[in-house]
Amino acid sequence: MRQVFPVVVVVAVIVALWYLACVPMNIHTALTDAERAGVAVTPEGAAVRRDMSAIGLALANPGQWGDTLAQDKPRLPAPHQVVAELWDTTVEKKVTSKRSLIYHGWVTLSATLLGFAIGTVAGIVLAVGIVHSRAMDMSVMPWAIASQTIPILAIAPMIIVVLNSVGVQGLVPKAIISAYLSFFPVVVGMVKGLRSPDAMQFDLLRTYSASRGETFWKLRLPASVPYLFASLKVGIAASLVGAIVGELPTGAVRGLGARLLTGSYYGQTIQIWSALFATAILAAILVALIAGMERATLRRMGLGR
Amino acid sequence: MTEVTETAGTAAPVIAARGLDLTFQTNDGPVHALKGVDLDIGKGDFVSFIGPSGCGKTTFLRCIAALETPTGGTLTVNGMTPDEARRARAYGYVFQAAGLYPWRTIAGNIKLPLEIMGFSRAEREERVKKVLELVDLEGFGGKFPWQLSGGMQQRASIARALSFDADILLMDEPFGALDEIVRDHLNEELLKLWSRTGKTIGFVTHSIPEAVYLSTRIVVMSPRPGRITDVIESPLPRERPLDIRDTPEFLEIAHRVREGLRAGHAYD
Repeated sequence: MRQVFPVVVVVAVIVALWYLACVPMNIHTALTDAERAGVAVTPEGAAVRRDMSAIGLALANPGQWGDTLAQDKPRLPAPHQVVAELWDTTVEKKVTSKRSLIYHGWVTLSATLLGFAIGTVAGIVLAVGIVHSRAMDMSVMPWAIASQTIPILAIAPMIIVVLNSVGVQGLVPKAIISAYLSFFPVVVGMVKGLRSPDAMQFDLLRTYSASRGETFWKLRLPASVPYLFASLKVGIAASLVGAIVGELPTGAVRGLGARLLTGSYYGQTIQIWSALFATAILAAILVALIAGMERATLRRMGLGR
Repeated sequence: MTEVTETAGTAAPVIAARGLDLTFQTNDGPVHALKGVDLDIGKGDFVSFIGPSGCGKTTFLRCIAALETPTGGTLTVNGMTPDEARRARAYGYVFQAAGLYPWRTIAGNIKLPLEIMGFSRAEREERVKKVLELVDLEGFGGKFPWQLSGGMQQRASIARALSFDADILLMDEPFGALDEIVRDHLNEELLKLWSRTGKTIGFVTHSIPEAVYLSTRIVVMSPRPGRITDVIESPLPRERPLDIRDTPEFLEIAHRVREGLRAGHAYD
């Protein structure tokens, strides 16, 4: 419980800074609106104010600070506006509604989980191959690294288009983009994990005349489990990013990526920010789930203390 | 000293090396890890290998275990090549570190070779029980390695090497990482275990008292190239209490070992 206080302080400071930032960020619009409504502001005239610094304007018009936190389409929404939008679109709306973040979240989550599963299996298979075959080590690893240097935003539309042309659409293309991002940490972590036992451990198995298969199942694989979980935590977060990026070029119909995109089309900043937070919360839940699985698995293996 | 040392018994030696050479090719040129090693180890012998680092004592042990391949000479274990002997489960090997799998219990670790060698489940349980008794670890089978002290872990690793009933036990500085008190205790235990099981033991060590206390024969080695400089038959009785280390006989052998080590150094 002793950790609660510092955590609360840090969160409070961040929220306070956020509120503070809202005032200059939204002051131009607030003053324009106030002037239209007949309220005296300094200086008068939007054209005059356009080139003036936001902080100076904010200091000159303390009476309009309240308005900066309550706009429909603010440049920077205030925290309570985002929370209200999140509450409205998760709890108040029916799950089947097109405006429900739960509905969009599930669309993204299903692609994330499928992509994560594909990426994890592919990553493990590649790592096993790399560890056991020198040819694969030399050939696959550079490609795996190169694959991650290509911007996902550039390759995602191509994957969508290519798969669409062969009749595959919906969940699978998004899952593939998500797998494309998540296989890499798994490959790197698993290769390291499968190679982690020291020479003595391998010598010991040689004295038993153990086969490669036995060495794999009895030594390499169990030794790699802690490395695998570290990779899975990175991988699941990458999967979520992949699924969202995969939603952007599809015309943005469903999913958290779609909420981000429609929000930006119509200047719905509050919607964008709430979609961003929904994404972050979802990622935190997924990583926490993996961490829980990690703890349970390591404890069962006798590795947790 | 390169002449063949005959074993005391009449039976064929368990381990026989003739003109054994091993040269490692490194970036700095060839390294002669072993050169012209001749040695016979008889059944039931306790042979210690002592010498400074780089004298090839561990390398020789690894050759016997077929973990290294000699580049010259002949080496037989139970009359077979080291490779065949390994497949025939001729030896158990104990490394300097216990090397227990942290994800297996002590019993699970001891079962590891038994699983690989295809013992039945019932026999595995029975053997684990037997060897845990042999190393005085009854009741610790369900513990994980981190719950045991270093000395207990090393005992568990000896139990693992004993579990499949190999006649030869090869030990590479098994107590090197332990403190003096634990080491004394384990030396005593090891002698008891040896007299109970009648195994042939090859034992690599840095410690002169340890070598003299444990061995029926002490092989003194020296580096560059790794070779045998002296083989000392111990006149000490098989029954050895710890305080035998204060007797004149003991000190005399220790002195001879020290002389042998010094002579080896004067060589280069």
